[in-house]
Amino acid sequence: MTLLNADADEQSAELARARRRRNRAIFTLLSGIVAALVLFEGFFVLRDSQAPKLVTALFAMIWGGGGMAILYLIANQLVEFTPSQWQRRLTPIVFVLPAIAFVVYFLALPAIRTFIASLFDRNGSNFVGLANYITVFTEPFMLVTFRNNVLWIVFGASFTIIFGLVVAALADRSRFENLAKAIIFMPMAISLVGAGVIWKFIYAVRDPSDVQIGLLNAIVVAFGGEPQAWIAMLQPWNNLFLIVIVVWMQTGYAMVLFSAAIKSVPTDIIEAARVDGAGEFKIFFSIIIPSIMGTIVTVSATVIIFTLKIFDVVLVMTGGQYGTDVIATQFYNQYFVNRNFGLGSAIAIVLLLTVIPVMVYNLRQFNKRETL
Amino acid sequence: MAKSKGNPFPRVFVNVTLVVICLLWLIPTLGLFVSSFRPRDEIMSSGWWTVLPHRVWVTTEQFTPDPSIDRTGVMTFEGATGTFEQLRQGVESADGNKRVVWIGNRRAGTVQVQEKEWSGLPSTTLQNYHDVLAGKDVTIQGDGEEATRKGEDMSDAFINSMAVTFPAVVIPILMAAFAAYGFAWMRFPGRKLVFALMVALLVVPLQIALVPVLSDYVHLKLNGTYMAVWLAHTGFGLPLAVFLLYNYISTLPREIMEAAIVDGASHFKIFWRLVLPLSTPALASFAIFQFLWVWNDYLVALIFIGNVPGVQVLTMRLADMVGSRGSDWHLLTAGGFVSMLLPLIVFFSLQRYFVRGLTAGSVK
Repeated sequence: MTLLNADADEQSAELARARRRRNRAIFTLLSGIVAALVLFEGFFVLRDSQAPKLVTALFAMIWGGGGMAILYLIANQLVEFTPSQWQRRLTPIVFVLPAIAFVVYFLALPAIRTFIASLFDRNGSNFVGLANYITVFTEPFMLVTFRNNVLWIVFGASFTIIFGLVVAALADRSRFENLAKAIIFMPMAISLVGAGVIWKFIYAVRDPSDVQIGLLNAIVVAFGGEPQAWIAMLQPWNNLFLIVIVVWMQTGYAMVLFSAAIKSVPTDIIEAARVDGAGEFKIFFSIIIPSIMGTIVTVSATVIIFTLKIFDVVLVMTGGQYGTDVIATQFYNQYFVNRNFGLGSAIAIVLLLTVIPVMVYNLRQFNKRETL
Repeated sequence: MAKSKGNPFPRVFVNVTLVVICLLWLIPTLGLFVSSFRPRDEIMSSGWWTVLPHRVWVTTEQFTPDPSIDRTGVMTFEGATGTFEQLRQGVESADGNKRVVWIGNRRAGTVQVQEKEWSGLPSTTLQNYHDVLAGKDVTIQGDGEEATRKGEDMSDAFINSMAVTFPAVVIPILMAAFAAYGFAWMRFPGRKLVFALMVALLVVPLQIALVPVLSDYVHLKLNGTYMAVWLAHTGFGLPLAVFLLYNYISTLPREIMEAAIVDGASHFKIFWRLVLPLSTPALASFAIFQFLWVWNDYLVALIFIGNVPGVQVLTMRLADMVGSRGSDWHLLTAGGFVSMLLPLIVFFSLQRYFVRGLTAGSVK
């Protein structure tokens, strides 16, 4: 009797639990739909909003940041209501799929679509084969572009590495190490556009009869020289004045990595060399440099990739005039200014092809370091 | 022999070299910073370094020269000798204490006698910042005429930059953290391959993605909205974010995870309650990375926002000003600093995390 009762009790409890579970699942599904609708509607509200700027901006921040969190939360809730077999399969999808979808749509597909566009003419209507690539590698303006990128890589990377090494080595022995590092590092926080403004002020040139307000020309005039339009004259060497800006910005990055690497060189080796009577320069070149070679290679590769993609500095300083175009600005000019879609796409593909070897090398280097 | 003992490297040499390099690095920014507080006409008429105390020529006396002097030959005033052309440029007296300048033309000019004095305190103003931020019209007085020009409204762009940056940092971090956890602690077919492909996408320069994505945006009427930029930055930032966070999350102690699974916690609970709090350092360093990157980005904003007014971010406004008001240095200097304010604050207060992020993922 009691046994039967208990059984019935359990059954009804089981039923109730199942019902609650189902109700909760429906509720979650409904709230998911409502949330999705609200988020979707929020987009139109945002797009067509006439509200005060600050209100719209705040709403946008909450909508964008919070909306994504809510979507994840609801997706997970829903998956937890499915049978455990399904759950095991679906949970990884909820975790990983959004990220995959984003990179596929924003990076992988565009690479393919750009490649296809590069095989068509300027309006994308006629198939032209490799004609755009032939233009890329034969037209004089493109050759100037490539020459400039070579200048950027050679001078940009080497000066960044040299300055980074010098500062890291000096700061390591100095008493105001942290202050010095912060000063050298600071330009990394500034936008390339902001850096362009800063350096435009340095390079500013005025009529020889006026007072020079640009520092560089003021120095030149103080020593009895003629003021120069630094970024417009002496092609191709005017590129160097643009490269200086990026060296100024990137040295901090190189310094930080070199500094960490130098600090991890075992001190007993250095002490031993010192006892043997090796000078500081000898220690630097024959002990420290070889032991941080891996870092030097990594930094070089990173700086090379950065300089290959350089865009903002050139656009702000010269707009690509005076023979200072680089691949990225040439792409922008061809695509968005000249509206030559085929050629613009071909230039972008060439940029991809130049970056790949450096990047692959860098990743491989990184993996090697990880496994050590 | 003795030189290797004691102080091995002349400390003076180290410090002096370092100070010189630091000054070289600081001077460009310092010049802009100082200039942004100088009145417009002073920016245009003298270099910013003149705010440093220095000796300047100050006119002490002015007179009309004796009409009988031969003005085509060599003339002498107050011990300074020179032809008319030289005097026009200014001639210093032999002892260097005085300087004589001829003002005006040859016939009816006057002569100024100047002496050296220490420059006073430089004049400072907040007018440049006001002109750049308030969006009101600016009245410019100069050369005896008055002109009114439209001021810049960078406070608007500042708000836009914030509205663009905040979600563009939060969304990819959230997505990348979920994905990194999935790749590190879940078992599903193709896990390693998919992860490798994702990291491999680091090679794709974002320039390549701009065009196809833009054409989709135009169809969806998305271009010119904040969301267009968030989504793009999310897509472009994800490979690095997943890579960095995976490196961190996969090294969390296995025992903690297993203990939580035995307790019956779901993956979501483990992730939310355990993994996210434990990964704060990695999340912070990527957040700073992404913040600086998005805030300072120009290209992505330029393409996806374009010339839609009211949505433009700071870098775009600043770049526009360089193009359209290249000679209005008083606006450029102040505008430049408005755009640098927030990143500099974030950078200096959270430098530690930023450095950690750099050393951990030096592949971007």
